[in-house]
Amino acid sequence: METAQQLDKPSLGNNDAAKDKAINERDAMTQDTPYPDQTVGKPFVDNPKMRLRDVEVFYADNQAIHGVSLDIGKNEVVSLIGPSGCGKSTFLRCLNRMNDTIDICRVKGDLHLEGQDLYDPKLDVVELRARVGMVFQKPNPFPKSIYDNVAYGPRIHGLANKKYDLDEIVENSLRKAGLWDEVKDRLHASGTGLSGGQQQRLCIARTIAVSPEVVLMDEPCSALDPIATAKIEELISELSESYTIAIVTHSMQQAARVSHRTAYFHLGRLVEMNDTETVFTKPEHDLTEAYITGRFG
Amino acid sequence: MSETTEKVRKTLARRYRAEKRFKAFGIGSIGIGLMALVLLFTDIIGKGYSAFFEYEIQLPITFDAEVLDVSDPRDEDELNYGNYQGVIRDALAERFPSVEGRQDTRALNQLVSTGAGYALRDMLREDPSLLGKTRTLWLLTDDDVDLFLKASEKQREDSRLNAKQQQWVAELEASGETRMVFNQSLFSYGDSREPEQAGILGAILGSLFTMIVTLVLSFPVGVAAAIYLEEFAPKNKFTDFIEVNINNLAAVPSIIFGLLGLAVIIGLFGLPRSVPLVGGIVLTLMTLPTIIISSRAAIKAVPPSIRQAAMGLGASKMQVVLHHVLPLALPGMLTGAIIGMAQALGETAPLLMIGMVAFIVDLPAGPLDAATVLPVQIYLWADSPEQSFEALASAAIMVLLAFLITMNTLAVVLRKRLERRW
Repeated sequence: METAQQLDKPSLGNNDAAKDKAINERDAMTQDTPYPDQTVGKPFVDNPKMRLRDVEVFYADNQAIHGVSLDIGKNEVVSLIGPSGCGKSTFLRCLNRMNDTIDICRVKGDLHLEGQDLYDPKLDVVELRARVGMVFQKPNPFPKSIYDNVAYGPRIHGLANKKYDLDEIVENSLRKAGLWDEVKDRLHASGTGLSGGQQQRLCIARTIAVSPEVVLMDEPCSALDPIATAKIEELISELSESYTIAIVTHSMQQAARVSHRTAYFHLGRLVEMNDTETVFTKPEHDLTEAYITGRFG
Repeated sequence: MSETTEKVRKTLARRYRAEKRFKAFGIGSIGIGLMALVLLFTDIIGKGYSAFFEYEIQLPITFDAEVLDVSDPRDEDELNYGNYQGVIRDALAERFPSVEGRQDTRALNQLVSTGAGYALRDMLREDPSLLGKTRTLWLLTDDDVDLFLKASEKQREDSRLNAKQQQWVAELEASGETRMVFNQSLFSYGDSREPEQAGILGAILGSLFTMIVTLVLSFPVGVAAAIYLEEFAPKNKFTDFIEVNINNLAAVPSIIFGLLGLAVIIGLFGLPRSVPLVGGIVLTLMTLPTIIISSRAAIKAVPPSIRQAAMGLGASKMQVVLHHVLPLALPGMLTGAIIGMAQALGETAPLLMIGMVAFIVDLPAGPLDAATVLPVQIYLWADSPEQSFEALASAAIMVLLAFLITMNTLAVVLRKRLERRW
């Protein structure tokens, strides 16, 4: 931690008193403010879609997540916010076991999706990922046609037997992702030829083509311009009618705009979780307040 | 002007000079490479081009049934034992009636290649009605005559022909009874003791069969090994050990693989010597590390985002590899395979060990027929005493280079074609 803070200190000789003060204040804050023994706010809901208790993640000997417990309700948009390296992406990747692909990564705790233990050794991870889809930070369409991108999931899971059914799934998914009108005349053009925002919506269409119950989004707008971002945010609001969504974001405005509840992570701990409005207007914990008022980040 | 700008300006000149020096160095390096290439090509083409042509002389040949000792040209046995040299000798004697004495007659008969007789036989087989008739025909000359005719005035002094032979050939040349034609036998025969009858088709076929065996064995095995090591193998000491050994294998002198082939494949498994199958297996061992290393690099170059996207959709490991990683890595894998094959095509040492260095006249019909390969053929010819083989060796080098250039071009074209952007 010491070194991380030292790196952040201005190295050029420009002595900006205000900035210095802010940095000193932040250092004091992170060192002096104790973590709450228990997450403050209301991390749990009745009858949740995903019930996550005492989640701990280790990278080899490094503990990245310390005992995080929270619920994600049905058809709810939950946003995970916090400074870089606070473990929010790592936490998100536990929810569909994408961390399995990292050899040195170990996950502990109780993670349940509607009563199904996610880390049950008998559970096939392929089945889980069909139920919990994921959209990534950088748009990553396959170097295939737009149609094949969307049809890939249904194809590998055998969701459509006839060409007609597949066409329907592709069209519906693209419509839901708000991309249909823009691409209906060039379904067989390459997916990589689209603009960044269109690519990300294509990735969302690809994810929802499998009809997942939960969609995880890992900073889906960080590589997009404001207009494309606005479109995706609009889309997230629409999708929340039929899907449960967990979104990691660096933009507090985005969290405020799209999510029902917000979780604030700090150095691998869940500090506070509450209704989005409450978190942004009346944060209970000092660290949360410091973060949302921009005193560090 | 601020202090910083002043300081920057001072260093600028030095930076530009360094840049220029580096550029000049680069251009120089490329120049040296190109010069070496030009030197190689001019030398080889200069020596080898004459082998693509050969000289023939014109003689009126009488298919005399008595001299030939052939009564029925449809009888294959009789046809094969016909005395074709006899009719050629008669024709030569008629053309140069002044030649007398045993020694001179022999010298005269040496002007025509022994291969000319076979040409006459084939002609008679084609058209049996030729028996008893006289035709003016072009006959293949002996290699010494060929060399003499191709040589310049000055070089002719060193000819192996004796004075009388030189005089006869010059007479034929002056009267327009010699002509230069494309050397078809070069591309239609196997090896021969007579340079004018020697061809590279046998070696080309041998190389082809060897390469087919190598490709069929090494590409699937290499790609499968690379995929397993990159995608499935656990990262532990054992896989590290395997990796070090694969890299080591790439640097093992090729003759070691030949010894291995001799001891194990021929000695232990009892496969026949000198056959392209064994050559292919030995070259497979040699090519595998190249293919594995380049395939692994190609797999590593596939962006992880594509893998994650597929896994996030619930694709199994196998589906991720087959649907996404393999198609994206294939151009790189193919390039590696073709470069490995090009290396194998030019390889001589391991094939010497397994007996593919034998003198083989017959054209191989498959990977189980004794054969030799192009680089070994070049080595054999370069080792031969007859001067004409020197040109033949150069011609064979040109053919080998043409194959290599074709393969490398193919590698570039394939890569460009299959490359997909993401």
